[in-house]
Amino acid sequence: METEILLHKPLKEIVNENPLFSDFFSSFQIKAENEHKSFTEYISTQPDSFWDENASSKEEIANLFVDYISGIAASEQKTTIETLDILRGIDKSKNPENCNLHLNPGEITCIVGPTGSGKSRLLADIEWLANGDTPTKRKVLINGQPADEDTSALFGGKLIAQITQNMNFVLDMDVESFLMLHAQSRLLMNAEDAVKEVMKLANELSGEPFDPTTPVTFLSGGQSRALMIADVACIGQAPIVLIDEIENAGVNKKKALDLLVSKDKIVLMATHDPLLILLADKRVVIKNGGMDKIITTNTHEKGYYAELEKMDKAMQEAKDFFRYGNELKES
Amino acid sequence: MIDLITIAGPPSSGKTSVIIKMIDSIEGFKDKCGVIKFDCLSALDEEQYAKHGITAKTGLAGNLCPDHYFVSNFEECINWAKEKGFSTLITESAGLCNRCAPHLKNVPAICILDNLSGINTPLKTGPMVKLADVVVVTKSDLVSQAEKEVFRFKIQQVNPKCKVLFINGITGQGADKLARLVITENKKMEKEQMKLRFSMPTALCSYCLGETRVGEDFQIGLNRKIKL
Repeated sequence: METEILLHKPLKEIVNENPLFSDFFSSFQIKAENEHKSFTEYISTQPDSFWDENASSKEEIANLFVDYISGIAASEQKTTIETLDILRGIDKSKNPENCNLHLNPGEITCIVGPTGSGKSRLLADIEWLANGDTPTKRKVLINGQPADEDTSALFGGKLIAQITQNMNFVLDMDVESFLMLHAQSRLLMNAEDAVKEVMKLANELSGEPFDPTTPVTFLSGGQSRALMIADVACIGQAPIVLIDEIENAGVNKKKALDLLVSKDKIVLMATHDPLLILLADKRVVIKNGGMDKIITTNTHEKGYYAELEKMDKAMQEAKDFFRYGNELKES
Repeated sequence: MIDLITIAGPPSSGKTSVIIKMIDSIEGFKDKCGVIKFDCLSALDEEQYAKHGITAKTGLAGNLCPDHYFVSNFEECINWAKEKGFSTLITESAGLCNRCAPHLKNVPAICILDNLSGINTPLKTGPMVKLADVVVVTKSDLVSQAEKEVFRFKIQQVNPKCKVLFINGITGQGADKLARLVITENKKMEKEQMKLRFSMPTALCSYCLGETRVGEDFQIGLNRKIKL
């Protein structure tokens, strides 16, 4: 994007070509869509009252506009994540951790360990792109580079999506309008298709169907989680997904993970659920706050998964049996 | 010379928690900074600060306009902080009528918003958000990722130049980043240059002077009529 050209182009054309710019203009109450003047002309013809109202000046707004242009240019530059590394720090007793953790897109990794062992801390370190500045002294590398403030800024907050058990929808909106709002805030071109896709997937994941006019606050725990996962997969652009304990949420877990993997996300999941653990490609064991070892799910374990799945299914059937008012009787 | 930071945000958005966590995240900083909390009617935060070993004072505006009260006492606050030998003074004020912002030119300005407070909060909060350098969002661990993203988007619509930080006021996650932004990298400035980023309201009518009767006969001074 040529800054010089944009400075001298009629505002009308700028917003027509790239709707992203209307945000900038609307924040200064400039009605760009009907404005024939260029940015430079526009700001040099504004009365003093304009600058008073916006508590700004010609120089300031010009600098901001140039910043905004480079910001847009940077966000259009698609940065992809090829690898995510967590370099070892220290455990709760300040001893060095045993191993590093290396993650690739399209791969599921579980974090296992007893309650209070530090699973959530590891997720928090990644979410915060730790650089030796958290209690664990871990360092997070993206594409082999330390993830400094500039890296996070480059991704504009789109780097990591989180789904946890205590997250809820709080907005007073129906599902469809809410998804539309999210898609629009992501500046997706085909927002309507994305919304339809999310609706469809969320319904598949949850098993309890809900329709687009349901208020988001009325969704059950399982429906909420299903909607969050489908939304993260299709509308959210974050390449890294962190999931904290969603096992009890009434979501079709296997489908949910397949969906995230099919979108080439890096999926990291703190869990106690053996089914989820065996679905993962590998798991990192947390002990006393430190990464203790990495275990790759072997073929023997994959075989055991089928057995567990049977038990899980029996359990699920029993749940439904009683839930729907049946009674066990001597046969 | 003293470093200043102005912090504003609607009531119960988590200002005090964020300030405490921010101060806590820098070792030994507690003893070098003072906090002044501006409020209208009552403030119970002094104790909360004291519990964390932070020196704090409260200024109650009572029946004065809290924003006018803030700006006309700012110099006194600086003098207090100097007397105490502090290197940094942090002021905390609640949003109050949302018409004003306590932010000063050349002084790091932070606005704190609560992710639970509804999608249009950034828009409704006015100059406090619009003129802030950093907008901190609290309680976002309780809302869905999508709402978090939409909230950030709404903030950037109102204030495209600010940095948006998500901070957990309970665990303090993220507070160290805020500290780095506004304390460690804070530039010193001359007090003489201090100027508000946004003018205070014109408030010169009979009700400012204690009038309580309702009706046109009792309205003297600057009034504006609603368009219906």
